[in-house]
Amino acid sequence: MRRRVVLTGAGTVNPLGGDVDASFQALTEGRVAIAPLAIAEAQRLSIRIGAAVAGFDPSAHLPPARAAQLDRFAQMAVVAARQALADSGLTPGPWQTTAGAILGTAGGGLATQEAAYRAVYAEGRSRVPPLTVPKLMGNAAPSAVATDLGLWGPSFALASACASSNHALALAVQMVRAGSSPVMLAGGAEAMLGFTGIKAWEALQVLSPTGCRPFGADRDGMVMGEGAAVFVLEDRDHALARGAAVRAEIVGIAMGADAEDLVRPSARGAERTIRAALHDAGLTPDRIALIKAHGTGTQANDQAEAEALHAIWGEAVPAITAPKALHGHLIGAAGAVELLTCLLALQRGIVAPAPQPADPALSLDLVAGAARPADVPICLSLAFAFGGLNAVLALSRG
Amino acid sequence: MAEPATDLRDQVVAIIARATLLPVAELRPEARPEDLGIDSLGLVESIFALEESLGIRIPFNAQEPERTAFDTSTIGAIIAGVEALVAARAGSSTA
Repeated sequence: MRRRVVLTGAGTVNPLGGDVDASFQALTEGRVAIAPLAIAEAQRLSIRIGAAVAGFDPSAHLPPARAAQLDRFAQMAVVAARQALADSGLTPGPWQTTAGAILGTAGGGLATQEAAYRAVYAEGRSRVPPLTVPKLMGNAAPSAVATDLGLWGPSFALASACASSNHALALAVQMVRAGSSPVMLAGGAEAMLGFTGIKAWEALQVLSPTGCRPFGADRDGMVMGEGAAVFVLEDRDHALARGAAVRAEIVGIAMGADAEDLVRPSARGAERTIRAALHDAGLTPDRIALIKAHGTGTQANDQAEAEALHAIWGEAVPAITAPKALHGHLIGAAGAVELLTCLLALQRGIVAPAPQPADPALSLDLVAGAARPADVPICLSLAFAFGGLNAVLALSRG
Repeated sequence: MAEPATDLRDQVVAIIARATLLPVAELRPEARPEDLGIDSLGLVESIFALEESLGIRIPFNAQEPERTAFDTSTIGAIIAGVEALVAARAGSSTA
């Protein structure tokens, strides 16, 4: 019989809050963390809003010399991973010899990269700081987490744009199922909310100048966020043997590719991956109580996603929640931070709202306006990325 | 002529202190970088900061620190090395 994988620890730094409880509180209130950007040269941007992690102070968590070695995305990953480990109740032990951290990121150390380019191109300097490479590399975050927590197992970064975190979580689930390690850490970290990050996305014409309204009739794009979330995944037997508190069980995973278009979302690709996750979990569609949608707020994504859901559920699509409306799109960290919305529903029976209702034409039951109390034994978490890469998780209360 | 030299010593110590996040008081001339917790990366950061701040080129190779001409065995040796490079630069620019 297949090993069951449970989630025993969670940690996060995101626009809604500096830990899981603060994030749960903000999600429950439906608080929107999208605000005017406070970055240098914002006047040269046509998009001037984002969901920043305001007031993140690495020196509150790390010795100054250590903090100086890490880009913002890696600093946030370390803080989230520490919280997750503390939450899991795991103490130093043999699990560390096989455990690793798989973290999604799309951009890696972008602030470091931006500073280096600025130095050589804008300021005409002939050299950049010595730590430029180890700070900008995508694996800086998992490397820092492994070092910080003493993990000797497989640690690496995983890139599939907006699906990176869901891929990281799915892969870690497979490793625990396979018996490679009784414990794995997985999640994601992204800090793309700088001048060049916004400038690049601006060019693609998918950012909203006004706000994120997933599935809304007047939706006009996504809003960039930043942050990190890391989870402790554990072999259920290992967790129960040590009396761990289980937050949820990941009962199904699926990863797939549209193999169609570089940027245009595919309803068929999304549908295939959702069906594959249900199959992996051994669930029929009617067992799903809630869908944490990818819901970016772009015309194309939300239309394709709605088509995929109707293709599977017909007119009986379960309730959906779209937390990007609150904390923006965290790109490579999106799936990880949005897993908090799933945990809130599974653990506390609260479904986070989007501020605006869905376009009636999409025939979706989007939780909007205020949080909805609901009995959610099983939910799905969807992530669909540029490049046509999809990853879907199915979670139960465990 | 002694005044500028003293200023330069203070300047070097201040630059290393900033690069390594160590208090100036700990950077005594006889102190060895490894005893201060300055690892090879810290040394590379310090060399970079000295080069950038003082406009000099320090002959230092992190791959083989013991085989390079620039002595980094103690804070005092680094100060002396920097003084020599600054003096050489001053000599060449006035020549």
